[in-house]
Amino acid sequence: MSQGKEEKGTRRDFLYVATATAGALTVGGAVWPLVNQMNPSADVKALASIEVDVAGVEPGSQLTVKWLGKPVFIRRRTQDEISEAKSVKMEDLKHPERDEDRAKDPQWLVMLGVCTHLGCVPLNDKGDYDGWFCPCHGSHYDTSGRIRKGPAPLNMEVPKYEFVNANTIKIG
Amino acid sequence: MSDHEYVPSSKFGKWFNDRLPLLTLASHLTDYPTPKNLNYWWTFGGILTFCLITQIVTGLTLAMHYIAHADMAFESVEHIMRDVNYGWLIRYIHANGASMFFLAVYIHIFRSLFYGSYKSPREIIWIIGIIIYLLMMAAAFMGYVLPWGQMSFWGATVITNLFSAIPLVGEGIVTWLWGGYSVDNPTLTRFFTLHYLIPFLILGLVVLHIWALHVPGNNNPIGIDIKKPSKDTVPFHPYIVIKDGFALLMFMIVFAFFVFYSPNILGHADNYIEANPMVTPAHIVPEWYLLPFYAILRSVPDKLLGVVAMLSAILILAALPWLDTSKIRSAVFRPLYKQFYWILVADVLILGYMGAMPAEGLYLLIARVATAYYFLHFLVILPVLGFKEKTIPVPLSITEPILGGSPNLAMAKKKESLDK
Repeated sequence: MSQGKEEKGTRRDFLYVATATAGALTVGGAVWPLVNQMNPSADVKALASIEVDVAGVEPGSQLTVKWLGKPVFIRRRTQDEISEAKSVKMEDLKHPERDEDRAKDPQWLVMLGVCTHLGCVPLNDKGDYDGWFCPCHGSHYDTSGRIRKGPAPLNMEVPKYEFVNANTIKIG
Repeated sequence: MSDHEYVPSSKFGKWFNDRLPLLTLASHLTDYPTPKNLNYWWTFGGILTFCLITQIVTGLTLAMHYIAHADMAFESVEHIMRDVNYGWLIRYIHANGASMFFLAVYIHIFRSLFYGSYKSPREIIWIIGIIIYLLMMAAAFMGYVLPWGQMSFWGATVITNLFSAIPLVGEGIVTWLWGGYSVDNPTLTRFFTLHYLIPFLILGLVVLHIWALHVPGNNNPIGIDIKKPSKDTVPFHPYIVIKDGFALLMFMIVFAFFVFYSPNILGHADNYIEANPMVTPAHIVPEWYLLPFYAILRSVPDKLLGVVAMLSAILILAALPWLDTSKIRSAVFRPLYKQFYWILVADVLILGYMGAMPAEGLYLLIARVATAYYFLHFLVILPVLGFKEKTIPVPLSITEPILGGSPNLAMAKKKESLDK
């Protein structure tokens, strides 16, 4: 089109680019379903919420339930555990979160029992901070489930949950 | 390819070969001139081919009885062990075969490191080899998941979670790999599919690996270029075939020892407990052949950097032909490199041991030092050594030190320039 170049050449270039673009889009469109089929299917997504009866959980003990294939820790904390969690200074935390923001009702700590390092299930009442300890690669969590020591980068995740009534928690 | 044009003797052979030159290929493979000083460290290529075929054949037969479902996988493996005719034998060969495969590949890799087989003009052979090694690790890992025991499940969880270290998209990738929100049935079925596929990819790459090898020909213990065919070479058949065959026989004795006398010694007892997503075993360790890299992962206190260090430790090998600046291939003529080579061997063994130990205290400290040394070897020692090291003069040909004959003129010239 420009006068400096041969007209024939630029038309051919245009065709090359147009063909390559159309080809790339077609291949991309064909590949996407093949890639996306590996994402969670509809039935897996559908299992998104459960209700748990927590009436029998004594202070200082923990209930572990399965949600989305993962363990959820529901811990009824003792007064000591709560005050220990609250007394921690923000600057001592790798992933600063206040205990008040993690446990709406300080008595109840609900979180995914999944170590944020590589996904193992931490053991309760273990570790240097009286909370949880992950046996796989040695991460220590405090009584609020916050990471204090070891390779894990984040606190154990608090899922979306609510009390349906005094004895029932709905997770998800 | 060999210099002469092959002509089949029979009329049918000629007719066939004109249409598909398979006989020419067979002739090339039998006549293929091989350095006559190859030692037993060169027999592991053949041994590895045997290992691959063994894994494919036993794997195919196991797949006739195995059920890739989270509720049935564990039981189906027990069914293979107890009910299927010779199922125990086939499974033990397959499970120990994976370990034997890695044993052989590590010897093969370290042979290449000692004799400088990765250097020009054999870089492509080396890189294809590294890709095969990566695929072997992927296949072994996914295969270990299939029995759906505790180690299977938690090994799968830990390894797939490595991808969650990637910033921003990490979590999305992990969910995509799992096909859910944890390792579960969708993960098992796709791992089975990929575990079935990868050996055939490896087979294709092995063909390329050997093809690329047959272009420059084998390296040899003194690491010099040789004239082919010449007094320095022998035809592949029968010389190397018999030698490889004997080595394979010796290797099979070791293989059989594991299969028949201690089939579970390389495994982990926890894998005879069915997978339980709610409880992690107290002590998670990968299979022995992954331990050095596992030690590197754990020796870095940061999640992302740990994963980066582990992957770099493997991928750095692909850059080896350019990191090693020495023109002399064989460690026989490199007195300093020879020492550093053995330190590296010790370093990798130490890393392997530390990978099996808990990551704390002295173990962790040693693992950290060994990790640092591993990278130091490849990134600092090898590049510098090529310039600093005073090498021993290289012979002109394989026969020259004994007979003083058959010098390769090209090599003689090269040697003169090196002596300057």
